[in-house]
Amino acid sequence: MLRIARKEDMTGLRAVGVRIAAVLLALLASGLLILAMGYDPREVVRVMWSGMRTLKALASMIRIAIPLAMAALAVSIAFTMKFWNIGAEGQILMGAFAATAISSVLPEGTPGALRILLMALAGLAGGALWALPPALFRAAFRTNETLLTLMFNYIAIRWVEYLRCQLWKDPAAMGFPQIAPIPESAHLPQLLGVHIGWILVLVLAFLQWVFLRRTKKGFEVRVVGESEKTARYAGMTVGRVLLFGVLLSGALAGLTGMVKLNGTAFVLAERLAGGDGFTAIIIAWLSNLSAPVILVVAFLFAAMKQGAGWMEGLAGIPSALADTVQGLILFFALGSEFFIRYRIILESRHRTERKEAHP
Amino acid sequence: MGGPVPSAECPAIEMAGICKSFGHVRANHNVGFSVRSGEIHALLGENGSGKSTLMNILSGIYLPDAGSVAVRGRHVAFRSPRDAIAIGIGMVHQHFKLVESMTAMENIVAGTGRGLRLDRQQARERIRAFSRRFEMGLDPDKRVHDMSVGEKQTVEILKVLYRGADILVLDEPTAVLTPQEIGRLFGILRLMRQEGHSVIFISHKLNEVMSLCDRVTVLRRGETVGTVAVADCTTSRLVEMMVGRVVDLSIDRPRVQSSGLCLSVRNLSVRDEEGIRKLDDVSFDLHHGEILGVAGLAGSGQKELCETIAGLQAAEGGRIAFHGNDILGRSPRDIIRLGISMSFIPEDRLGMGLVAGMDIADNVMLKDYAFRPGLFLDRTAARKKAREIVSRLSIDTPGIFHPVRKLSGGNIQKVILGREIDLNPKLLITAYAVRGLDIHSSYTIYRLLNDQKVKGVAVLYIGEDLDVLLELCDRILVLFNGRVTGIVDARSSTKERIGLMMTGETPRAEGWQVPLPVPPLPASNACPVADRLLSPDSDRTMPAGPDGKGGGPC
Repeated sequence: MLRIARKEDMTGLRAVGVRIAAVLLALLASGLLILAMGYDPREVVRVMWSGMRTLKALASMIRIAIPLAMAALAVSIAFTMKFWNIGAEGQILMGAFAATAISSVLPEGTPGALRILLMALAGLAGGALWALPPALFRAAFRTNETLLTLMFNYIAIRWVEYLRCQLWKDPAAMGFPQIAPIPESAHLPQLLGVHIGWILVLVLAFLQWVFLRRTKKGFEVRVVGESEKTARYAGMTVGRVLLFGVLLSGALAGLTGMVKLNGTAFVLAERLAGGDGFTAIIIAWLSNLSAPVILVVAFLFAAMKQGAGWMEGLAGIPSALADTVQGLILFFALGSEFFIRYRIILESRHRTERKEAHP
Repeated sequence: MGGPVPSAECPAIEMAGICKSFGHVRANHNVGFSVRSGEIHALLGENGSGKSTLMNILSGIYLPDAGSVAVRGRHVAFRSPRDAIAIGIGMVHQHFKLVESMTAMENIVAGTGRGLRLDRQQARERIRAFSRRFEMGLDPDKRVHDMSVGEKQTVEILKVLYRGADILVLDEPTAVLTPQEIGRLFGILRLMRQEGHSVIFISHKLNEVMSLCDRVTVLRRGETVGTVAVADCTTSRLVEMMVGRVVDLSIDRPRVQSSGLCLSVRNLSVRDEEGIRKLDDVSFDLHHGEILGVAGLAGSGQKELCETIAGLQAAEGGRIAFHGNDILGRSPRDIIRLGISMSFIPEDRLGMGLVAGMDIADNVMLKDYAFRPGLFLDRTAARKKAREIVSRLSIDTPGIFHPVRKLSGGNIQKVILGREIDLNPKLLITAYAVRGLDIHSSYTIYRLLNDQKVKGVAVLYIGEDLDVLLELCDRILVLFNGRVTGIVDARSSTKERIGLMMTGETPRAEGWQVPLPVPPLPASNACPVADRLLSPDSDRTMPAGPDGKGGGPC
């Protein structure tokens, strides 16, 4: 007979062990799957490794990891309050949209640094404003923020599509529905082969940690997440804290959009967010909403994403299979959380009988 | 094999060598526990002594790591509560698990039937038979939401009897009852004893144990201290067994020269979110250096009273003045800043007042973090304070960075009270501060409250245990259905009288007061003599005339 019981005392170290075991098991399962499909897993590993160990590949992984980590930092603030902001995708887009809008009105001769700074501010504002309505509705009418933030994603996507095809269609693109790229002076400068977004991510992770752990506002955010009743009892205005936290979350997501725009994409399009806002949710959860862990997990996700690309390109494995492998890894990683929080007790008949016979 | 019992008759329950550990914590170690048929057996022990673990093993919720359980001489190994009930062991929990909108019968029968059809007539008859046999006076067709707390408990007891239990475990059954209801319950239990049922009675109230039970088993730190017959025992001996040393059981009640009026509540009325009236025309005064007790059945408006004073609940009408200033409608933070500290221990202990997932240090700054300058938390101060509170109240914790959730109930309550006292309040409101606490922790808390009183703090003490209210408080306000049925002098009042007032009876003896719709607010710190007079235009049917009784703290 099987019984499931809550685990009370899982030490941090053992939890890490379980998670590592999960990833290893996932790789094993993927290997079997690849084998079953008629490919040689060893060959796949060799190809992937050769693709991963170069500096160029590393730089590319970091480029992928930057927006993932930033967006995960963003949603984890909201998640700390138990405000389920799954609208990072839309907030990223609206941040990029606001940045593009500001850039388009600035005179051509604006110095690059100033342009980047203004675009960053616009990105923050764009993301925050896009997160505002769901937060207001939740604070005022207790509506479900999950639905609202989700739906706002689609509004943002369609809005950018409309811009691309109609309002902001670039006449220089010769009829191709595309928004004009941002000027080259607005591209983020490179440092050690990657745009400086990586420094920004490290700084933001630190600041986010300081905010939540060391500041009064961050303390309020944490208390509200634990219990709104206790927060009220302690004299906090729950609605105001909620609003503040969500705005911060949205602003960070918006900044992510700006970094994607000025760092890698250079053109606003509805594909700009590319699912990062959703992947960020998984990253934030797997990291237990902890900023330093988010950095690590985001990098691992980037490696996975890149690895899938390599598998397709070099080992000749169809992209569907590569996606399946990605899914397997996720499945195991999420499944391991169950084993961290619960344990399964096996009660054999044998044991009870022995007990009865031995008073 | 079989029951290794030398005596002629097999005991109803024989637990031997029971061991159970949770991680590193040894909850039960080599515990022996034996209950005869036809006896009421008390199980005593402080919080964390292993009572709950032992009873959970007996009712099939936990499997013991080692040891044996025998019921009527036959060894058993329960794998689920279902097994335990099948063999005749029934647990009556402290918190009722009843469906409010259903009738007594529906609650009792739910989950017992085999087919889809329920023979209502037969079920009703069986319940009536039980009710007659044990003089319960229960109407099977009464809906639970129309019942008093005592009746609900009767339903809980009938639930396990109906399932065939003849060994009943009652976990603190008297905690929420009036003295009259307790008397009735004891009557029922004694009848059960006569019929040969076994009752295991868990309580912290020693006088109840002495008056009801035949034998007592005492646990301490997971081990059996011993089993004694009540007849050859005294209360102080039991306490000594529980605590491990001699403890003085009298509660201090220092007389303090009042230094003036602290809180004035006039005609306060409150409705909850559903528009149900929770407080109805409540008026009273509270002075510095006084402990005013609030007695009442659960849900008589205690929570609303606390929350309204703390600014967490809007009032429909009336006034609350603190040092002469109106505080109704002010924000909770403003009220905290004024020096009004409220702590309410809900039934789950954690619902409000503490952040379960945070550590002690974080919880200590919960109330005053905002009053410190700057953007950042003052964690050094909080840590220092947390250490002080831990050592002053001897809180049992691995450290101040230990999550509160993992502390035991008593320690959780000490953290709350320690923090509230540390705020140096002028008015300390504390509701159910000793809920579920053992003797040792309770007395620590009484001592802390008395310290506050001597310092001149006005204390509003909302309690459940009338004995304690009568010993600790200066005056006692009795609530019934959100109305004040009277304010009595605790030094001269009796348990029975308060018990009657708790059920809405109008008191007719002297020593009670009816709050007046007193004109504005007493400007000075004078003794509220007006409060002690009867209102001639009171809408209640009460004998007129002043009670003329002195006493009180003035």
